[in-house]
Amino acid sequence: MSVSDKPIYDRTMTELSRGLAAGDFSSVELTTALLDRIETLDGALNAVLTVTRDEALAAASAADDLRAAGDAGPLAGLPILHKDIFCTRGVRTSCGSKMLNTFIPPYDATVVERLAAAGAVMLGKTNMDEFAMGSSNETSFYGNVMNPWDLERSPGGSSGGSSAAVAARLTPVATGTDTGGSIRQPAALTGTVGIKPTYGRVSRYGMIAFASSLDQAGVITRSVEDAALVLGVMAGFDERDSTSIDQPVPDYVAELDTPLDGVRVGIVRQHFDEGLEAATGDQVRAALKTLEARGATLVDVDLPNLDQSVPTYYVVAPAECSSNLSRFDGIRFGYRAKDPEDLLDLYCRTRGEGFGAEVKRRILTGTYVLSAGYYDAYYLKAQQVRQLIADDFRKAFADVDVIAGPTAPTPAFRLGEKTDDPVTMYLNDIYTIGANLAGLPAMSVPCGFADGLPVGLHLVAPHFAESALMAVGHQYQLETDWHTRCPEDYR
Amino acid sequence: MAMLARLKVADEDIAEACEKLSRIVDFVDQLSQADTSGVVPMAHPLDQTQRLRPDAVTEPNNRDHVQQNASQVADGMYLVPKVIE
Repeated sequence: MSVSDKPIYDRTMTELSRGLAAGDFSSVELTTALLDRIETLDGALNAVLTVTRDEALAAASAADDLRAAGDAGPLAGLPILHKDIFCTRGVRTSCGSKMLNTFIPPYDATVVERLAAAGAVMLGKTNMDEFAMGSSNETSFYGNVMNPWDLERSPGGSSGGSSAAVAARLTPVATGTDTGGSIRQPAALTGTVGIKPTYGRVSRYGMIAFASSLDQAGVITRSVEDAALVLGVMAGFDERDSTSIDQPVPDYVAELDTPLDGVRVGIVRQHFDEGLEAATGDQVRAALKTLEARGATLVDVDLPNLDQSVPTYYVVAPAECSSNLSRFDGIRFGYRAKDPEDLLDLYCRTRGEGFGAEVKRRILTGTYVLSAGYYDAYYLKAQQVRQLIADDFRKAFADVDVIAGPTAPTPAFRLGEKTDDPVTMYLNDIYTIGANLAGLPAMSVPCGFADGLPVGLHLVAPHFAESALMAVGHQYQLETDWHTRCPEDYR
Repeated sequence: MAMLARLKVADEDIAEACEKLSRIVDFVDQLSQADTSGVVPMAHPLDQTQRLRPDAVTEPNNRDHVQQNASQVADGMYLVPKVIE
């Protein structure tokens, strides 16, 4: 099918960009089509929390005017949804929580500001696990999101609203954040592309903090080409984020053409052991064969401390969360409990009533591992193991350019299936967490189906090697069409 | 622990919260099996140090705008229950 035969909502951002430049349609027409689609289809998905119709149409009209004047930015008039963790000036930013149900930020996150400056048109804000704590979108105060491939299943989390919206063709691109797999796991479960860049690559300013040493913003798209286009705009130094890294941003789109010849792809044996569902493993192994057929060399690598990555994460992340979320006290912003007896009662009840069960569990876990007498055994120990895990990756990358494996152990699971046991839910992130602990860039690319549900191929690269990562993904997509598959009810 | 975290857990939720927290603590206890003798705890994934900026005023005073998100304010101040008798 040629691009001009495709419905407008099924086109990638790169294809839409060409259509706008050629004058095939205006941004107002494109924006209206997608806003109408969200209105018609999102009732069954619950992927979008806020639709900013008036603002979107005004921005689209302005982009059309700029284009007519010959002054169009790189994303002029192109639609995007933002995860509701990014502060948007004048637009409610809930972070999926009752605590921020009425919070209207007085400023834009750097990510939002940069995309808007490039001309992108924000259609609205997407649903998410509360404060990004979850792997299924079931911890959102606003109800879970449904997976467009099967409405009884989870779209993954925490960026599940973003992944479901991109998979259902409500938008070509949505932003996300990834602390332990929150971009890549939902991308895998919905058949979309999700990239988490190197820690410090994209500014965290205005992105509501969960675990500051792990949090990183990224993007969910349908093609790697789109990821390269949008990440190129989002990335770069920001003096307002003290952990932002001052390194030049390469031309990611130009570097997609790097061929796979001679690229060394590392395979970790433990990624394919009994924890991995068989049909998922088959799809991932077939993807590795495709990379090999295009010229890549497969090399066995060892990550001996991999088994410790989930326990390490569930000490470090809750510890940082308990500290970060102490700012929610009911005084300056957010939910405030009624009729407090005194200040202490106000704090305790505001937080008890404003936070959901999973957020409370993580705050309590974090408080425990940081408390006197337990700090050395848990927090300090976890930071040591974290160093061992980072060292494992460093040694592996002496021999390979990227590491490839499954993104998640199973395809999309049923809603409610894993809510009884937090540890079972946590183990969903077993393949993705290592990249967060070591600060490495990583991506999930659709690589087939198991029982009719999408499977993701996970790729990890050394620090700042986003170009290499996306080149491998793009070369894979030139050879396959998994990323063009659309769930039946959304065609 | 809930008091340290300034978190009121409803009476009917205490049993379940304790049970799930115990499972999490049991799970992370496997960290004790790792041999970390002589390993320096990680401070930053890229070995960076915190950047400092000049101590200069960079933002205008937009107190009134910011305070629109607060539940109770008066005369530009945040109101809390009486602390001193």
